Amino acid sequence: MAVRASFENSNEVGVFATLTNSFALVAVGASENFYSVFEAELQDVIPICRTTIGGTRIIGRLTAGNRKGLLVPTSTTDQELQHLRNSLPDEIKIQRIEERLSALGNVIVTNDHTALVHPDLERETEEIIADVLGVEVFRQTVADHVLVGSYMALSNSGGLVHPKTSIQDQDELSSLLQIPLVAGSVNRGSNVIGGGMVVNDWMAVTGLDTTAPELSVIESVFRLGEGAAPGAIKTDMKDTIVESFY
Amino acid sequence: MDIDMDTGMVPMPQVPMGTARTGATILCCNCGAPIDGTASAGALCYDCIKSTVDISQGIPREGTLQVCRDCDRWLMPPTSWVTAALESRELLSLCLKRLRNLGKVRIIDARFVWTEPHSRRIKVKITVQDSVADGVLMQQSFEVVYVVTNQQCRECAKSYTANVWRAAVQVRQKVTHKRTFLLLEQLILKHQAHRDTINIKEEKDGIDFYFAHRNQAEAFIHFLKSVVPVHTKESRHLISADTHTGNKSYKFNYSAEIVPVCRDDLVALPLKLAKSLGNISPLVLCWRIGTSVNLLDPNTLQTAELSSDAYWRAPFHPLAGTPEMVEFIVMDIEPTGQRKGKWVLGEATVTRASDLGVNDNTYFARTHLGSLLRPGDSAMGYMLTGTNFNSDSLDAIENSRAYGSTIPDVVLVKKHYANRRKNKRRNWKLKRMAKDEGDLLPKPVDQARLDAEYEQFLRDVEEDEDLRQALALYKNTKKKKPDVDAMSIAETEMTVEEDDGPKVNMDELLDDFDELEIADKEEEEEEV
Repeated sequence: MAVRASFENSNEVGVFATLTNSFALVAVGASENFYSVFEAELQDVIPICRTTIGGTRIIGRLTAGNRKGLLVPTSTTDQELQHLRNSLPDEIKIQRIEERLSALGNVIVTNDHTALVHPDLERETEEIIADVLGVEVFRQTVADHVLVGSYMALSNSGGLVHPKTSIQDQDELSSLLQIPLVAGSVNRGSNVIGGGMVVNDWMAVTGLDTTAPELSVIESVFRLGEGAAPGAIKTDMKDTIVESFY
Repeated sequence: MDIDMDTGMVPMPQVPMGTARTGATILCCNCGAPIDGTASAGALCYDCIKSTVDISQGIPREGTLQVCRDCDRWLMPPTSWVTAALESRELLSLCLKRLRNLGKVRIIDARFVWTEPHSRRIKVKITVQDSVADGVLMQQSFEVVYVVTNQQCRECAKSYTANVWRAAVQVRQKVTHKRTFLLLEQLILKHQAHRDTINIKEEKDGIDFYFAHRNQAEAFIHFLKSVVPVHTKESRHLISADTHTGNKSYKFNYSAEIVPVCRDDLVALPLKLAKSLGNISPLVLCWRIGTSVNLLDPNTLQTAELSSDAYWRAPFHPLAGTPEMVEFIVMDIEPTGQRKGKWVLGEATVTRASDLGVNDNTYFARTHLGSLLRPGDSAMGYMLTGTNFNSDSLDAIENSRAYGSTIPDVVLVKKHYANRRKNKRRNWKLKRMAKDEGDLLPKPVDQARLDAEYEQFLRDVEEDEDLRQALALYKNTKKKKPDVDAMSIAETEMTVEEDDGPKVNMDELLDDFDELEIADKEEEEEEV
């Protein structure tokens, strides 16, 4: 399921939210509709946490995470860290990283198995990423951009990369990640994929400007067709499940 | 909406063309068409860019050009007016300058689309280029239509409005003829001193020059002072005054009175003045007018210079002028050997041309024309015997012990070419100044006199090399009728040449500007 949303009239959904298969982080703001979009899709499925990171709202760009863990930058205050630990399930490891490149969302893109990171990231950070998120880490670039987190979006079933990525680069990345990749854009031609959308295995949220062709590309590459979402279990299959339960 | 005839995308050269040809990698975000993402602008296909992006946005497609109908100049805002022909480079730059927001894009090409001149529309086709995304340029052409409207320029408006002048120079010479003004006109033309005038008006005894600014009038006064002996006086007329700021505006009038002594005039100096001028004999000829009056005593070849200031301290009138000159025939002439510059003192015996065959009266005259005159020549001069001059100065001379007995019978002034053909063609010409004659249009009788004066002036120019050098003479190139028997005419000319008077050498003449233009055109035609 791919939905369009905007945070306070901004299309850059990926800036103000982080979405994984086990939790979602949403920025605190005047945009109640934005939270509602997540709430409508994810309530009772995974925890949705409203938070700030280091007092800012650009949590999507400052944090990186997957089903197993969450990485936050050094600017995160103790209070915020405590709030996150309280809101998220205990099995999700939360780690504060001492890293010069503190916008972790921009320099790390990850699914539950593999992570691509900025080539200049410190060795210790790379190890922490591998430990906390339980992934293989590769230093890579996307279409000659080092900010891999900004210019691509990943889920376990597919990935969307910068529109200027050549076929050769796509092949290389896709063999690393072992998932299909496709080049594309969000928000009516924006090449900042990671900043413009968030995605997990069953839903994607993109900016309000995203056009129908873009949305169809997103739905097909992330396999977000009807019936794949956990929500479908809740509505269509609920009766059979409940029946079998008794 | 204008027709965007050719809109095109031009990839920037730094895009590696080899990898760009790998085929479609993304779908156009607008229409879903498969395109090559590495070479496209953002994620838009060629057609979507064409239909959605307008780099000429904000550039007006209509404009207005102001032209002054009288002088055919175009308004360059805010205030300047420039000359530009239709479809010229200057006009194109003017058109482009009138368009707002054109600086934000790069102009690749601009040209005129031909329009009927009477339609008062000018069409310019402009091609602009701009980058729509990083790495992709877009080129677009469009037409701009300018409406040509009339607007009178400030100079023309001034020329049609009375009383816009700020300063006027009134040049006056209180004499009966216009010889000095004919000379002055030529000097003004040569030095372009009339360039700043708003209006030139002929008045009684002189000419008024009108200027828009006081300093222009001052400059003109300076020019006058550098060419003629002139006495100036400034007066101002208060137009308005602001008591709060102390600002006042005036109209300035400069009266410039030229000394009424002309070239070839006979002058009877007041005795005191003559004494102060190197004790020159008081009865002298004026042989030249420069910044001062140059006087010559034909009896001794003594010269003196009377400055304008000295003249105006004790003004006097010339005893006799050119119209009073009569023709004499030289019977005999003998140089005395005394010479000064081009003058040689001679002792001549002359008789009046009108007396020939009537009586045998001859007169003795010392003259400065000893080198020019030969027995049998005719000369112009003043007859003093038997003439009543009614002049206090002359009376004083007659009564004085020192000079009373030295008054000659005849004063010869210049050689006369009696056989000079009337209305003969000259190989040179002078330019004339356009003047507003106002209410003083000459009567037919006066016109004949004016023509005669002008002819006399032309002869003076021919005879005097110094005078010629101060003026701008132009070649007269009106084609002569092809004569069948040119030889015979040439022969006749040869025979009368001596009496026909001096001629101006062709080398001294300037090419007229009009002819140069014609010559240019001819050359161009040849090149084509």
